[in-house]
Amino acid sequence: MSVTRTPETPEPAQQFTITDTSVNDQIGSGQDGGVMDQFRAYIQRVRSGEMGALPAVAGFVVLCILFAALSPYFLTDRNFANLLTQAATLVMLAMALVFVILLGEIDLSAGVTSGVALSIFVVLSDPGGAIKMNWILALIIALLTGVAIGTFIGFFVAKVGIPSFVVTLGLFLGFQGLQLIIIGAGGLYRIQQPQMLAIQNNNMPDWAGWVMLVVMLAISFGTAMLDRRRRTRAGVPNRTIVLLWIRLAVIAILGGVVIALLNQNRGQVNYLNGKVISGQVIEGVPIVVPITLFILWVGTFVLDRTKFGRYIYAVGGNPEAARRAGIKVTQIKWAAFGVCSTLAVVSGVFSASKVGSVDAAFGRDIVLSGVAAAVVGGVSLFGGRGRLIHGAIGALVIAVITNGLGLLNLPGGVNFLVTGGVLILAATVDAVSRVRGGGSLTRR
Amino acid sequence: MDAPIIELTDVKKSFGPVSVLKGVSLKVFPGKITALVGDNGAGKSTLIKGLAGVQPYDEGQVKFNGNVVALHNPREASALGIEVVYQDLALCDNLDIVQNMFLGREETSFGTFDEGRMEREASETLQSLSVRTVKSVRQKVASLSGGQRQTVAIARSVLKSAQVVILDEPTAALGVAQTEQVLNLVKRLAERGVGVLMISHNLVDVFQVADYINVLYLGQMVASVEASKTTSDDVVGYITGSKTYTGAAV
Repeated sequence: MSVTRTPETPEPAQQFTITDTSVNDQIGSGQDGGVMDQFRAYIQRVRSGEMGALPAVAGFVVLCILFAALSPYFLTDRNFANLLTQAATLVMLAMALVFVILLGEIDLSAGVTSGVALSIFVVLSDPGGAIKMNWILALIIALLTGVAIGTFIGFFVAKVGIPSFVVTLGLFLGFQGLQLIIIGAGGLYRIQQPQMLAIQNNNMPDWAGWVMLVVMLAISFGTAMLDRRRRTRAGVPNRTIVLLWIRLAVIAILGGVVIALLNQNRGQVNYLNGKVISGQVIEGVPIVVPITLFILWVGTFVLDRTKFGRYIYAVGGNPEAARRAGIKVTQIKWAAFGVCSTLAVVSGVFSASKVGSVDAAFGRDIVLSGVAAAVVGGVSLFGGRGRLIHGAIGALVIAVITNGLGLLNLPGGVNFLVTGGVLILAATVDAVSRVRGGGSLTRR
Repeated sequence: MDAPIIELTDVKKSFGPVSVLKGVSLKVFPGKITALVGDNGAGKSTLIKGLAGVQPYDEGQVKFNGNVVALHNPREASALGIEVVYQDLALCDNLDIVQNMFLGREETSFGTFDEGRMEREASETLQSLSVRTVKSVRQKVASLSGGQRQTVAIARSVLKSAQVVILDEPTAALGVAQTEQVLNLVKRLAERGVGVLMISHNLVDVFQVADYINVLYLGQMVASVEASKTTSDDVVGYITGSKTYTGAAV
């Protein structure tokens, strides 16, 4: 066999010329076209398996309708506020876990991490205890405990190379003991600081709820406009602005309805001649809601718009590619575990505020619900796929199951059965959609 | 002939008792395609890993543009303008084309991504390589075919004015049409003045595009010839060790 070199007669297609026509004439940017084009593109993405939080949102709506039909108490404003505060702990924990699940890792110790940190908090800050530390200082120490634990996990996972499942399983067992030692066997500390209890039990004044909504709309509008300006300056097309108006309208309507509901008095009050004679007016958005929304916004900002966030997705998608692109995979993993454990402590703060006490079993049982929430919300356990809000939505689904079944007076066992069923259903939806998108090799 | 952009002199590398590179010399010229061929285990991968800074050489000299340089890590290599496109396509499926092309070197302003600028540069690079096979630069890489992925990987390598692009088996596992596309892309790389070092098992591909052919045999460079002055039979002989190259190295 003798192959000679082909003579160098370049075909027209091989020539290296940039024509004067706009850059995007040949290669699209996914931003072109009107609302209908964008809508069709979205349908296309959903059909090819990129469902995101869609199944979880649908599930949430279906469950709400179901429970509203079955229980007269479900759709009351009091239960609605209850649902939010019940869900807050799980929402925060699921958001914490998203950071490590995106890497394809897991943190089974997130719950007991919050337990250890809150144990330290109550022991340090207990007004009747030996130390009597300022509660803010103690809270900072609790959060730093989270950072330290995350760093500890990150060291073993990223540096030593032990699977995170094993490391955090070890810590899950070990920290229960640590918590027992800190708190003392059978011990229980009440949360004594009104500010701590206020997070879950007090509400913002009515006007603050509306201010919150306006701030959300302003931030949403502002970042979108900044993005558009940057894109225009770079000379690439923008999505049609109608989509932005639609998004703002959805936020305004949904947020408006929620805030209007929460601003209703949900306390039992007896009036006489317009004066309150007994009971208490309870109204307004629970304080935990803006805190959660703020952390959700900051976290989403970091994941979508900064190198740290992008590298988390890259490491989760293909660690080897990330390493070859010059990303310090070890540091990214390390940092992600730090973020996870710290946010887990925040979720512990929510829980302590809601329950009003910390005991030796605090935070022990919640972590698997957190993982389930993330998966239900559409975060892939294999890493690289999912967003922070998916964790939050998944947590709301699980919280609504707990809440709704509780109102129906069903035995506690049913709750676990249904939650487990929903988890498997969510995983099935994810798997089937990915097979349809051609992503999996295990079927067809 | 131009001065070589990369000149390796007598580089050696061993893993424990196993000596993989036993004094290899190699030149890569700007605007030319230099093929590196050899059987499995000949040391091709080790040779390019040294150039990429992933596994530094034990001994020997590396000259870049006539200056002696040290390549201890991938950052040093990429700072010089040496880019590697790996065989197993170092792309992240879950990211889109722009995100992959800019991975590890994102454009930012005020600490956040300047997506518009990245998108423009990515589509300009793809266009300058006459890539017409991708629909949108915001497609997820998971939805691309093998040839399209290879295209993205190669486009990624030239995004930041690369001087040398090392291609590890760019046409392995591709269909006929896709191979043709990728080979055209490789030619266009060289037309831009980039020094291309291509590893391939496929001699048809090598003879179609390469200007120079270097043959590694058991850790030694047994032949360095101009592609137009040799034949496929000879190269097969050098690869298998059944023929000995007698001419001078290029």
